[in-house]
Amino acid sequence: MTESNSMPRVAETLTERTERALTEAPAGEVVMTLRDVAVSFGGHTAVRNVSFDVCAGEATALIGPSGSGKTTLLRALNRMHDAERSARVTGKILLGDLDIYGPESDPTLLRSRVGMVFQRPNPFPTMSIYDNAVAGLRFNGVRKKALLDEAAESALIAAALWDSVKDRLKAHGSTLSGGEQQRLCIARALAVEPEVLLMDEPTSALDPIATKRIEELVGELKDRVTIVIVTHNMQQAMRVSDRCAFLLMGEDKAGELIEFGPSARLFSEPSDPRTLDYVNGRFG
Amino acid sequence: MTVLIDTPPDPIVERRRAVQAAAASSLKRRKLGSRVALTVCWLFLAIAIVPLVAVVVYVISKGLPAWNVDFFTKSTTPEGVPGGGVWNAIVGTAVITVIGTAVAVPLGLLCGLFLTESDGRIAAALRFTADVMTGIPSITVGIFGYIAIVHNFGYSGLAGSFAVGFIMLPVIIRAGETAFRGVPRSLNEAAMALGARRATIARKIVVPTALPGVITGVLLAIARGLGETAPLLLTIFGNQYLQWNPTKTMAALPPLIYQYSSQPYADLVQIAWGAALLLMVIVLVLSIGSRLLAVYLRRERR
Repeated sequence: MTESNSMPRVAETLTERTERALTEAPAGEVVMTLRDVAVSFGGHTAVRNVSFDVCAGEATALIGPSGSGKTTLLRALNRMHDAERSARVTGKILLGDLDIYGPESDPTLLRSRVGMVFQRPNPFPTMSIYDNAVAGLRFNGVRKKALLDEAAESALIAAALWDSVKDRLKAHGSTLSGGEQQRLCIARALAVEPEVLLMDEPTSALDPIATKRIEELVGELKDRVTIVIVTHNMQQAMRVSDRCAFLLMGEDKAGELIEFGPSARLFSEPSDPRTLDYVNGRFG
Repeated sequence: MTVLIDTPPDPIVERRRAVQAAAASSLKRRKLGSRVALTVCWLFLAIAIVPLVAVVVYVISKGLPAWNVDFFTKSTTPEGVPGGGVWNAIVGTAVITVIGTAVAVPLGLLCGLFLTESDGRIAAALRFTADVMTGIPSITVGIFGYIAIVHNFGYSGLAGSFAVGFIMLPVIIRAGETAFRGVPRSLNEAAMALGARRATIARKIVVPTALPGVITGVLLAIARGLGETAPLLLTIFGNQYLQWNPTKTMAALPPLIYQYSSQPYADLVQIAWGAALLLMVIVLVLSIGSRLLAVYLRRERR
């Protein structure tokens, strides 16, 4: 199944149909729609003018220099800014047909559909590896032991952690290495079976080897969950993403979307000169 | 949602549906639980605040009528003689507290600095001692002051300052340590990498950076020392007359409140209420002032 990405597109092959079923929306179909999205804190705009579509079964990367609003934008996608009183999100963000900031949308339910992995590994320190893996399911009211076990195993396998932890599921998460802790956090997010997984510079606290494993994971996970990843590392964006959004801080310190497109094109022949300068390492 | 009839059921999609169904069906229960928990929090908050507000309101309503020009300018009169004020006690409290503070603050802050800079056995012992000192009942401090000072030199304002300083010392040590520890390690290292000696780092970097926290801690310690009654009861003896000389016996607000509130004379009880209100206002002003000052100093930094 992990091979499906590199396989030629032959209509109606079993692989493709399975892949479609997995992501619910057929691969390539729009899962999240952003229209004119802006985020401000206490009247100061942090990021604005963002419109693009996130496609199912793909990894979409948000790139740009520090202060361009990548993380701020990412956190708007599962309403993480709700906890910040001064934050305002304007414009439209749709998950399927659901307007996520609309009256129909419940932030708790939304976050079980749009998961998140953070910059630094943050396994719950009082919980065992197993309890960490199923924490999200328990928060969401899942009680059935069979379902918890099955989800934990599946998520830990998907996060490439199962083999090294299956004999010590009762051990604390803090006994793992930094890279393993981050994979535990990915497993924790996956166990809830979200439709979209937001990753906020998930490798910034990890060494190159652990980073490589996480990057490989992103490629493997795309069949299971649509990924939106923030990274300040252009090589990483090039390696892991199918599409790429380039943000840049404007004159008034507010980040803006400069360009959005397939990663291959954005990195080789971008249409905006600023993108060209950035991807060629002339600034940032 | 795409339905593909010829695809075998996929475990991940199945599980996603199960999780989302569980999440949706338990949402009402979870929301109710969170509302109940929140209500309980508010309720307990109210229970905790009611007595506090009641004390403040009661002291104001009882104490305010006692406030007049005489109250702040005249000394106490003998029992049965109407009129009089608490000027002598205000002076006594001010003198005792100022001297106590002048001794306890430098001592406490230097100890705090030592605790921050040193992790040895002596530091651990000092920290433990300071913690124990915080918990010592103030009457014990009073008896200690009585035996150590009054027994040898007689009752005096200085003996009271000693006792009050003793109460303030551990508070200042721990507040100082907390403030100094809040200074980022990176600033220390930056100064070290420029060739600064430890004492220079402490003087030029650690102390100035920690100043807002230090000031807050010191003012709170003063507020604490102001209200102490037991140590003063056993050390200053009290004085009907105005006395600025701390080597003599002195009056102070807390013992005055203690003594007058149990008198059978209505005017003395009234004066006790007035003194209680005065003490409360001073402590309140110090607490609010320390917060404002800290906020102001932090803003100045930016």
